[in-house]
Amino acid sequence: MTADIDLGQPQAQAVQSDEDVVRVRQLVRAVAVAVKLSLVDQTKVVTAASELARNTLVYGGGGSVEVATVDNGRRKGVRIVFSDSGPGIADLDLALTDGYTTGGGLGLGLSGSRRLVDEFDIETSTETGTRITVTKWSR
Amino acid sequence: MALSTEESGRLAALLGEQDERVTTRWTEIVTSSLRGRLSQAELRRQVQDLHRAIVTTSEQGVIDLSADSAAELRAALSELSRGRARQGFSATETTISIFALKDVLAELVQEAGGPNALHDYVAFSKLVDEMGLFTFESFVRTRESLIADQAEQLLELSTPVVKLWEGVVAVPLVGTLDSARAQVVMERLLQTLVDTSSPYAIIDITGVPAVDTQVAQHILKTVVAARLMGADCIISGIRPQIAQTIVALGIEFGDIATKASLADALRHVLRLTGVETARRQPRRGI
Repeated sequence: MTADIDLGQPQAQAVQSDEDVVRVRQLVRAVAVAVKLSLVDQTKVVTAASELARNTLVYGGGGSVEVATVDNGRRKGVRIVFSDSGPGIADLDLALTDGYTTGGGLGLGLSGSRRLVDEFDIETSTETGTRITVTKWSR
Repeated sequence: MALSTEESGRLAALLGEQDERVTTRWTEIVTSSLRGRLSQAELRRQVQDLHRAIVTTSEQGVIDLSADSAAELRAALSELSRGRARQGFSATETTISIFALKDVLAELVQEAGGPNALHDYVAFSKLVDEMGLFTFESFVRTRESLIADQAEQLLELSTPVVKLWEGVVAVPLVGTLDSARAQVVMERLLQTLVDTSSPYAIIDITGVPAVDTQVAQHILKTVVAARLMGADCIISGIRPQIAQTIVALGIEFGDIATKASLADALRHVLRLTGVETARRQPRRGI
């Protein structure tokens, strides 16, 4: 799994079931190891990916995840894009509030993932669905 | 899509008269498609069984694969696909054994000739298609039941509840904690608490690679359920990276005791129950 990660190519993974969430996690971990993230950062980015992939599945009705490596000249990192064509997020500020949930979870997935990564960007609309881009840089 | 009495009569005659040749040719075609992964003798036996079933069924008159009269044929087909599925053959490799009959029939019909040749071949072909689809479906069914069995075995394998001490049980969690497994873990743990009347349970998450909100929620629910039954839970195996992730996520374990290792958790429980552990004094002078 870890050995055949091509760093240049973004890796895509469809998210249609709980097993796919596990696959996303494994893929992100492999890429995070490949760009030499520390163990703590690996765990953080994998956990964030797990949360967001599950959101894609549960709230977005399934979608896809793309994992790529990024390089800004000084540091390397992992960039993950989660996209779905679900109903979108009606109130983004409310959704990013700790403890707010519409699905019976802890209400920490979205807000918590933002704290786990370095860059967090979210585009959502009720027509085209939601697209979340996160990046974690090595230190 | 059943075969009429005349058609099946002709099919029986066609296959029955030259049975040796039919089975040999049929076996040949199947053998080349499987590239030697099954022995010639075994294949030949399977083909002979199928051949016999088709001939017997067609001698009875109308062939309708879904009718009672075709029960023997259906049994032969599902036995073949079950065997192949268990031996790890692909769906194509399985159904090709049935579709190979078309090639044999094409040769036979061509030789026999006659005004009905094309009509017969189309009718026989449809029957073979139907048999192929039936085989495919039973192949998929077998595979699905295999997967279901394995998933169940995996659930059993991965969730032991062990007794560590008098009144202390532990659940070492390994791997991904999804809803199904979390449910099994909770049931096992609660049952073991009752069976052993243990007041303490340790949930060890050393083997859980990522603790996200879903995993945390499952663990919290299990702890609350155990508390309702009067047992105290300690969560152990929280490694540094997991601790930092939990803090960043904002998960709160409240007043639940957490420890870095299973040994710490056990020591904690033993202290609570008033068990003293001390090293024996080394003997001197010997």
